[in-house]
Amino acid sequence: MHIPDGFIDAPTSAIFGAASVAGVAVSLRGARKQLDERAAPLAGLVAVFIFAVQMINFPVGAGTSGHLMGGALAMVLVGPHAAVLAVTVVLIVQALMFADGGLSALGLNVFNLALVGVWSAYVLYALLRLILPKVRSSVVVGSFVAALVSVPVAAVGFVGQYAIGGSEVFGLGAVFSAMFGTHVLIGIGEAFITALTVSSVLSSRQDLVFGWKAPLRSPVEV
Amino acid sequence: MNNKRFWILGLLVSVIIAGVVSYYASSHPDGLEKAAEEVGFIGDAQDSAVADSPLADYGVSGVEDERLSVGLAGVLGVLVMVVVAGGGFMLLARKPKQRN
Repeated sequence: MHIPDGFIDAPTSAIFGAASVAGVAVSLRGARKQLDERAAPLAGLVAVFIFAVQMINFPVGAGTSGHLMGGALAMVLVGPHAAVLAVTVVLIVQALMFADGGLSALGLNVFNLALVGVWSAYVLYALLRLILPKVRSSVVVGSFVAALVSVPVAAVGFVGQYAIGGSEVFGLGAVFSAMFGTHVLIGIGEAFITALTVSSVLSSRQDLVFGWKAPLRSPVEV
Repeated sequence: MNNKRFWILGLLVSVIIAGVVSYYASSHPDGLEKAAEEVGFIGDAQDSAVADSPLADYGVSGVEDERLSVGLAGVLGVLVMVVVAGGGFMLLARKPKQRN
């Protein structure tokens, strides 16, 4: 879902660029507080892993593909603040080194994939943790659902950006319906990759998993 | 699983995914591109300012063999990510020494 340059006009890209800078700044402060020298290497590894897995586009029906966003995965493993930073680093490296996602669109992409992707997954995961039994498998179930939902939510983020700064030739309803259904399907792929990865890390190093050990008492408490 | 094995395995899996499995990725347009084609705004897309970079679109320019080209680009990307993300998080987590 990397937006190229040109889809969204420059003023809108600049506004979302500023919003993304603010969101990343918040997470820099949050992650500095939250991460210790034991958790930091996992955050780094998660960013590396997301970069690698994002190279794998999987087919989702007729002539369309999708790949992992990684926000929910990173959130469950290392917490929302470090997750925002991890996905942001991936997007910056992709845009600068690989011309994947536009340069002026970087703020738009960080907004959708890092901020919206991570925080929507976080809120949903925190709510699920209140309901689900306090067992390890709940972490996997919660990851699955949070990952699945975070993808169409991020796609709606794009539709919002398109509403503000996209070409006025095309109706928003058409953009929404073209985006939403496909990204529910991509979300299912996201959910499986996320649940599989989370359960692998849980079974080998559960002591490192934020979504298992962190006291998530309410969705707003970070 | 002991500490060292966990990190080595994590990095190894990443290198294999980016360096080997990436060749088998679907080359169909992604969800956003497909939507842009369907709705009609795909033509608004402009080339990135770095579209001519030697690693653009996950290939090493000059390397003819497709499998080698994407694999090398992936491994290079993983290396850069290890340095930037790994180093960045380590710096971020370093607590200032307590003053007496």
